[in-house]
Amino acid sequence: MTITSNPSSSTNSILMSMSEAIAKLTCDGSSIVMGSGMEQNIPFSAGHELIRQRRRELTLIGPISDILFDQLIGAGCVKKVCAAWVGNVMMGSAYNFRRSVEQGVPNKIEVVDYSNFAMACALHAAALGIPYMPMRSLLGTDILKNNPNLIEIESPFESHESQAPEKLSAVRALHPDLAIIHAQRADVHGSAHIWGGLGVVADSAKAAKRTLIVADEIVETSVIESDPNRTVVPGFLVDAVVCEPYAAHPSPSQGKYNRDHQHYTEYHAETKTHDGFLDWKKRWILDVPDRAGYRRLLGDARLLDLSVGESAYAAETDFGY
Amino acid sequence: MFLAAKAHQSCSSVCHKNVTTELTTEYTLAELMVVSAAREIKDHEVVYVGMRLPLLAFLIAKNLHAPNAVGFYENGLIRETPASELLFTMGDPPNILGATQAGDMLNVMGMLQSGRVDIGFLGAGEVDKFGNLNSTFVSKGDGSSVRLPGSGGASDIASLAKRTVMLVEHSKRRLPERVSYLTSPGNGDGKGWRKSVGLHRGGPSCLITTMGVFRFDSDDCSARLESIHPEVASKQLQDETGWQVEITEPLQSTTVPSQDELALIRKIDPKRFWTA
Repeated sequence: MTITSNPSSSTNSILMSMSEAIAKLTCDGSSIVMGSGMEQNIPFSAGHELIRQRRRELTLIGPISDILFDQLIGAGCVKKVCAAWVGNVMMGSAYNFRRSVEQGVPNKIEVVDYSNFAMACALHAAALGIPYMPMRSLLGTDILKNNPNLIEIESPFESHESQAPEKLSAVRALHPDLAIIHAQRADVHGSAHIWGGLGVVADSAKAAKRTLIVADEIVETSVIESDPNRTVVPGFLVDAVVCEPYAAHPSPSQGKYNRDHQHYTEYHAETKTHDGFLDWKKRWILDVPDRAGYRRLLGDARLLDLSVGESAYAAETDFGY
Repeated sequence: MFLAAKAHQSCSSVCHKNVTTELTTEYTLAELMVVSAAREIKDHEVVYVGMRLPLLAFLIAKNLHAPNAVGFYENGLIRETPASELLFTMGDPPNILGATQAGDMLNVMGMLQSGRVDIGFLGAGEVDKFGNLNSTFVSKGDGSSVRLPGSGGASDIASLAKRTVMLVEHSKRRLPERVSYLTSPGNGDGKGWRKSVGLHRGGPSCLITTMGVFRFDSDDCSARLESIHPEVASKQLQDETGWQVEITEPLQSTTVPSQDELALIRKIDPKRFWTA
């Protein structure tokens, strides 16, 4: 049921190009939550467009980001990172992040350390419209001591396990200006079907003031409504939809394309120096105009290699009555 | 199961390491560590699987001695069967295919917090005598510091799981007397610390290094050397440890990987990405 006619002609369509979406929804100083799907569905193409449009002074928010935050840091787009982990998941450290913190290259960033659970709770609090969330994690740690958005509190209620007052940690709600979320499919109004591990995706959209959906495929609204349990972000929360096949490459998009492990190992090897990163950035970001150009650079053979080898469909679900 | 592993998602792209798949009784230190970690998982336990080596340890345990263990992954996955092939990250497509549940992070983190997780796995830049972990900053000899990736979910697992197992390379630099930054809580400064800061349960159970295995069952809740790996001298271990290790002879030797364990590891990780 993929739309074959021009989908943007549909009433109230918010479908646009990535360059339009990034120009419309971001400015210097924006705070952006990305990588909310953890190691899968990372919106790399949106990150690359932020670099091409030379956004500066960004605050990046996310539990982990694999190498996406590292690229934006290396490109000089970032002022501050609020995250639990910044690196290259399969290879370890990410060099731009280290260079920025250790040497101020290309610029010194401020890092506000969270744990994954604390980040999830910060976004959840914002999604719920409350100022903070209590937790039992991080007590006694230097993360709690050093992050101004974490404090120790005393529970106002006794727990079912203890009648005595209890220590808890509390994390302040985080309200990003923008959530950028990758989806396997969406309609032109932004309602998005996502499957796989869902990380903090749903709360990111609800916590942020605005949301950009980047989809591998645009489908009819009837496809979305045929399986409402798979809708992770409802369209009324969404401000723009961009359709780009392989938008999440090198991260995987379940059922669309696999993880490009080689890309992560090459990135690790090629970005050991700042000059190495600049060469990498020129080749993969600056010298390609958009995601279509990026796919051409990857080449048909590599795209075929990453494509789904053997489909595995879910069982039919009867919503009839 | 692994015999049915799909070929199309092979790690052909990362075969930069020279390997042999020939089965011998020889094993690498990484294999010994993975097997030691896998053996910490008991059948029917709920396991919070971390990044990297523990991804493999869980697959070994599920396939050999803990078929009913349940795996939690912080991206929101819960698995009752092992993934069909090697994982580089928890979000890899083979980890999602066949999962029991694919939800959000708060689902699995919430159950970790409410006490449903028996065992969690952790790595770090530094681990100290009391099992505290640092994965944020480490100091170099010249006064400068190295920025590490950060906690990820480690601090949550260390705070909230019923027990934790840590894996780290054994060196004086990696095993200081006290961590310079406390990212993830072990036993703090000793007995009673966890309760005093408000942590209700849990704490380090086992530290597996490239030289030995430590337990945290001593009176002051510090690391006690339980076994030393074959071909490691006790003096060498002491010299590479940042605190005074009590060595009581005769020292137990770490149980080496069995043929079954080695065969399985090499079937899952034939190019030895994790086990070189």
